[in-house]
Amino acid sequence: MAIWTLLMNKAMADTFMPAQGTEIAKSVDNLYAFLVVVSFISCAILIGGMIYFAMKYKRKSANDKTAYITHDTRLEVLWSVVPLIIFMVVFAWGWVIFHDMRSMPADALEIQVTGKQWAWTAEYKNGVKSVDIVVPVNRNVKIVLASEDVLHSFYVPSFRIKQDAIPGRYTNLWFNATKLGEFHVFCAEYCGTTHSGMITRLKVVSQEDFDKWLTSESEIGTLPIAERGRKYFQTRACASCHNVDNPAAKVGPSLYQLFGKDESVQEGGTVKVDENYIRESILDPQAKHVTGFPKPSPMPSFQGQLSESELAALIEYIKDLK
Amino acid sequence: MGHSSGKSYIYEEPGLKSWFTSLDHKRIAILYFVAVMFFFLVGGIMALLLRLELFAPNTSANVGQILKNGDAYNQVLTYHGAIMVFMVIIPGIPAILGNFFLPLQIGAKDVAFPRLNLMSWYVFMLGASLAVATFFASKIDTGWTFYTPYSIRTGSSVVMMVVAAFIMGMSSILTGLNFIVTVHRLRAPGMTMFRMPLFTWAIYSTAVLQVLATPVLGITLLLLMMERVFGVGIFDPKLGGDPVLFQHFFWFYSHPAVYIMILPAMGVISELITTYSKKTIFGYTAIALSSIGIAAVSFFVWGHHMFVSGQSELAGVLFSFITMLVGVPTAIKMFNWLATLYKGSITFSAPMLYALGFMFLFAIGGVTGIILAVTAVDVHFHDTYFVVAHFHYVMVGGTLMAIMGGFYHWFPKMFGKMYNELTAQLSWVFIFIGFNVTFFPQFILGAKGMPRRYFDYIPEYEQLNKISTVGSWLIGIGFLFGLYTIIRGLTSGAKAPPNPWGSKTLEWQTESPPTMHNFDHDPIVTAGPYEYK
Repeated sequence: MAIWTLLMNKAMADTFMPAQGTEIAKSVDNLYAFLVVVSFISCAILIGGMIYFAMKYKRKSANDKTAYITHDTRLEVLWSVVPLIIFMVVFAWGWVIFHDMRSMPADALEIQVTGKQWAWTAEYKNGVKSVDIVVPVNRNVKIVLASEDVLHSFYVPSFRIKQDAIPGRYTNLWFNATKLGEFHVFCAEYCGTTHSGMITRLKVVSQEDFDKWLTSESEIGTLPIAERGRKYFQTRACASCHNVDNPAAKVGPSLYQLFGKDESVQEGGTVKVDENYIRESILDPQAKHVTGFPKPSPMPSFQGQLSESELAALIEYIKDLK
Repeated sequence: MGHSSGKSYIYEEPGLKSWFTSLDHKRIAILYFVAVMFFFLVGGIMALLLRLELFAPNTSANVGQILKNGDAYNQVLTYHGAIMVFMVIIPGIPAILGNFFLPLQIGAKDVAFPRLNLMSWYVFMLGASLAVATFFASKIDTGWTFYTPYSIRTGSSVVMMVVAAFIMGMSSILTGLNFIVTVHRLRAPGMTMFRMPLFTWAIYSTAVLQVLATPVLGITLLLLMMERVFGVGIFDPKLGGDPVLFQHFFWFYSHPAVYIMILPAMGVISELITTYSKKTIFGYTAIALSSIGIAAVSFFVWGHHMFVSGQSELAGVLFSFITMLVGVPTAIKMFNWLATLYKGSITFSAPMLYALGFMFLFAIGGVTGIILAVTAVDVHFHDTYFVVAHFHYVMVGGTLMAIMGGFYHWFPKMFGKMYNELTAQLSWVFIFIGFNVTFFPQFILGAKGMPRRYFDYIPEYEQLNKISTVGSWLIGIGFLFGLYTIIRGLTSGAKAPPNPWGSKTLEWQTESPPTMHNFDHDPIVTAGPYEYK
């Protein structure tokens, strides 16, 4: 088994599978590698045999005589029993790992995650709500899933886990992330218009950073709304492209004393900078382009990545830049 | 055989009206053929459109966006799936080739209930027209699975589509019933059950599935209508229902439906392999009984679509176990076909190329099916492109290859003309290569975690999606060659002899095309169907 792991796992993980973020991901990949090898051998026998026979017994004349072979009990038993044994082995192997996936550890950190068309929201025990899901490394984490509207499915490819979120009842899953970094969370159950945009980030950080993040997030909740906006402005790295204390442009327009002004845009005419214009610019940066700036805009869309309250806080902060 | 004692079924009665009122199983088969071909064209164009959209991710400037928005994509996706499943793959082999050749293969003059047979076609067309009508009313975007509660809430003509699927299901039940009675009552003297050609066996097993499974779909769709129209809480949690219950009901039908789609294809392959290798089938009984075995077990595997749906761990494990059991009769068939090639006299005419192509693609479709049946692995692959690739390998690589192969094989019998071998083979080359170029990269996409039903994707999936889209163009070119071959064959094909391939089954022992009554004298059967000695 050790040699197997050494040979297959690494090769698989780097070429065909997403990075392995958990121990379970490694055991799933081991089993998958085994399945791929057995599948390859089976296909080689079937397809190789087919090509070999097709070439060897190619018709030579219209009057070819063929052998009259109706059956061979020994062969038939052989090719019924051998596949059955292989199927039972992979079934049992799969069950062992599946059982592990489905057994929730008692000591896990619990996070409530709710899906709704088309975003995920995580809620921590201390009341912190976040669009990004932040978890500590090397610690059991249990996600309790709910849905506000239709079916969704919480899928982290790097962790090889997936679970549907169902309106009207809770489902759950757990993982123990062993790798620091950011991982994609996809929605894997079709949920309508922006199903494919229902992507969020799962950040695995050290326990220390996690505690820090959790505390600062919970403090944010008690701050005045514009102050919260300032925090989000920092964490979302808005400042790398937008000035806030002078009117000079960086990559994007300065936001200093911007609110209430009229901006001329490349789409024609001028636009009054109000709450809705800022909202649109954050969620859909390609909707309007201020004259003198590149089109298409290099700014990423924040659609699905900010909650309504975060958005409102950001707008409030921009209003206050006087 | 001798000289024809009457006109062929094509010319027996002139005029378009005679076709639409004909009770002849062969003419009804042709009616289905025209309808299904049309739907296949529509569903195929939609597939090309979907692949074109996925050629590139939608960048911020909407470069790479072909369809207007996510809604438009979801609608095309839904119609592609619904049309291909309900209007092409399910009726494809049974209603066209089954209708035409099941009576011929057992030496009967027609099916047991000819009038019911014609009615089935009209019922099918009614359902199909209704389904097409939704496209012009308000397009549905639920996916072909109609999963609740999305299908209860989305503002589109779901009820109409559900009624359409219900009606088409009705047609499927009637056809199935007709075939079962035909097989039991109308076999020629000496045609025992175990002398029936394997194509007939496969259509028979399929008919049993159609009759037993389709009513469950009907009931499920009725419940869905009750919920949408009258607000009765069954699946919608807002009304106190359970959305997962719908999935159980839906897959209780739709998993057997997968075998409704593949069993007839397996039957066609048995005919092709024996004919074009001039060999008796290896393990006739095993193949015949494995069809029944697959049909029976297929009722108890539906939960493998639901490993991550919230069903219990125990349920998941049981369904995984039973699914493994379906793998065995499927493997038996594959090995039997392989063994049939041994010491044969093999030609590579177009039908055989399709049969060999089937074995190639179905082997891959089969082993990836086993991979998906392993619970722990499926948790990762479920609802990703791996599943999309898998079922296209089975449904297109399997069933569609068999439809095409079977169609060329029986073309001379159906129309009394020969098709052009060269363009038929060229068509196969493009379809076979294009198919692999399109769908093999999707296995890798799925392994890398790209979920299915995605209008847009993250940039790291771009390259494989590009390859896949290019493949879809090759498939398109292949089918254009196919269309050309068919039209050319119909208009200027050489006259077909009664048995151009030297086949042993009964349908080849009468004229091409057959007369209205199929046989001049009732055939008397004294041996099995593949006596190549």
